[in-house]
Amino acid sequence: MGMHIGDKQFDKRRDEGLHDGFMRQAVRSAQTRLQTNRSKAADALGGWESWRELGEEIRTHTLENIDYYLEQLSDEVAKRGGHVFFAQTKEEANEYIQNIAKEKEAKYIAKSKSMVTEEIGLNDALEQIGCEVVETDLGEYILQIDDHDPPSHIVAPALHKNKAQIRDVFKEKLGYEHTEKPEELTLFARETLREKFLQADIGITGCNFAVAESGSFALVTNEGNARMVTTLPKTQVTVMGMERIVPTWEDLDIMVSLLTRASVGQKLTSYVTGLTGPKLEGEADGPEEFHLVIVDNGRSDILGTEFQSILHCIRCAACINVCPVYRHIGGHAYGSIYPGPVGAVLTPLLGGYDDYEELPFASSLCGACTEVCPVKIPLHEHLISHRRHIIEEDKRGTFSENLMMKGFGTLAKSSGKFNTATKFASTGAKPFVRDGMIEKGPGPLKDWTINRDMMPPQKQRFRDWYKKREG
Amino acid sequence: MKTNTGEDLIQRRESFLNELSKKLGRERKKEITRPAWKVSPQLDVLKNVSQDELTSVLEEQCDAIHTKFVKTTKADLSNTILDTIKLYEASSVITWKDERFASFDLDSSLTDWDHAGIVEYHVWNSENRDESVAIAERADVGLTFSDITLAESATVVLFSDKGKGRSVSLLPKTHIVIIPKSTIVPRMTQATKWIHEKVANGETIASCINFISGPSNSADIEMNLVVGVHGPLHAAYIVVDDA
Repeated sequence: MGMHIGDKQFDKRRDEGLHDGFMRQAVRSAQTRLQTNRSKAADALGGWESWRELGEEIRTHTLENIDYYLEQLSDEVAKRGGHVFFAQTKEEANEYIQNIAKEKEAKYIAKSKSMVTEEIGLNDALEQIGCEVVETDLGEYILQIDDHDPPSHIVAPALHKNKAQIRDVFKEKLGYEHTEKPEELTLFARETLREKFLQADIGITGCNFAVAESGSFALVTNEGNARMVTTLPKTQVTVMGMERIVPTWEDLDIMVSLLTRASVGQKLTSYVTGLTGPKLEGEADGPEEFHLVIVDNGRSDILGTEFQSILHCIRCAACINVCPVYRHIGGHAYGSIYPGPVGAVLTPLLGGYDDYEELPFASSLCGACTEVCPVKIPLHEHLISHRRHIIEEDKRGTFSENLMMKGFGTLAKSSGKFNTATKFASTGAKPFVRDGMIEKGPGPLKDWTINRDMMPPQKQRFRDWYKKREG
Repeated sequence: MKTNTGEDLIQRRESFLNELSKKLGRERKKEITRPAWKVSPQLDVLKNVSQDELTSVLEEQCDAIHTKFVKTTKADLSNTILDTIKLYEASSVITWKDERFASFDLDSSLTDWDHAGIVEYHVWNSENRDESVAIAERADVGLTFSDITLAESATVVLFSDKGKGRSVSLLPKTHIVIIPKSTIVPRMTQATKWIHEKVANGETIASCINFISGPSNSADIEMNLVVGVHGPLHAAYIVVDDA
């Protein structure tokens, strides 16, 4: 599948989201719950701002020295007998993992949830060589059996589906015969997937955080599928985005404490599993062979740029859970497995402006994302930078936008013209006003007023009001 | 570093890392010192709190994570375990091969119960992977000991080892954990510090370190919490006063 999802234009995806009543209701209720849980957990911890500051400091230091920490990590993995492959591109990563599958003559592969393997399209690559790949995270499993419906949220991938839809998918694809109760659906998945875990030749995981000092990595989960995948198959492959690393176990404590609170409001998830190399001699379960695949796939191009701090992201989705735009258009509208504010910043960096130039504009710049980010990434400032690049430098703005910006530039430069323009705005807008609102705006207002009405310019300008108030 | 067959364990590293240092606008770093961070809020959590108070924090958090909590004494431990096993109507138990079962006088009780037909008793056998996994998969209860216990999040930390198979805390329907009271610390900070110091001393750390907080769960279907997914459906903690 790769990073890109859907094949329509942004405005079509956006409109589809806006007209999907169930999805919008589901997103609203999920956002509300996750936001509430996050802020309760942050309050309960105490000193949340200090924690964020510490998180930011650790991430900044790590990314500034990423070459050193990746070298240390790989040395330590090798000391424990694990293999490490550095993949500059997704093709290199996929080919390496395909070769492992071929060498092991693997038929069945069990995967736990991983964004980076989605990003590189690993499942397709493995299916091409005849492997059966099973996603074992409940949300991912539901999407996979529903003919690879794309994820719409990085923590709760099947957020856009309701239980009746899920029951129908289970019924149609797997012969499920029970009700739409989440408990019964989940129990069915437990029984079906247990078999898959036991027969899997290879287990594939992502990586929440690698720990450089010991060549370890941690998986932060609730369902237990990641533990299955790292306990039962004889070969384990772990794929990590190159930035997902901390220097020491002490730093892991901080990052995990921030992640579980910011994403779901838990003190810790049911499982935080720290794994190091293959099983040790004399141990019975755990993999006999371990491969760590470290993926660049466009990340290094972000290093040394004004966008470097987006690599600090720990994929908690707190920014997605507060975003008013995501609330209305949902995850699929972003056209990427990375939706919401983080997606609007990251996706164009990894996928290019040609395909994703609309995303930085899918934001109200309210800054709620920046405020909740547990590692203090200035997300809305990155969105502004993107807009500047797209419009000013690359001249990629639409024609009316360029005209408007040019016009605004001329007006704003001369205080006389600016005054005139704002004074006449009220009069100029008159032909478009119905019942006190602009329902069908001209030019640049058109897209805005398709979905909502706009207040007409006030008769009294703020500047005039302020002057009078002072006097 | 190479494998037995002479293959390099690390592949394509140099060009990859050189590219990173180039993008960062400097030479490759060969030595760095991790700075002292400016703030350390983690050290203030449950600071100067007694072992009894930590136990209360643990008990309270157990409620939030759907985990049964019982306190007992050394003398009553085996009775408490049997009561807990009966509570879940379990008929088979698998334990680690761990000296603490002998030091708390539990292996003899378990053997007695097995002979009396009360509960089938198995011990993890590292010599036979397939059989051990199959037994754990069938067992109603996996019985383990906590190595370090985190009060804040009601988390047991389990270090894998030869006799301490990963499957015992994962495959059975119910996970019962014996928590010696002396293992309770405020939070993850103390556990990771301990691991960090082992690494710094050049010691080998466990291949699998599990931080487990209650039974498995999921909220993937309409954000409804369902307790019990792939890991155990139930979890119980038995805190034993070992002072």
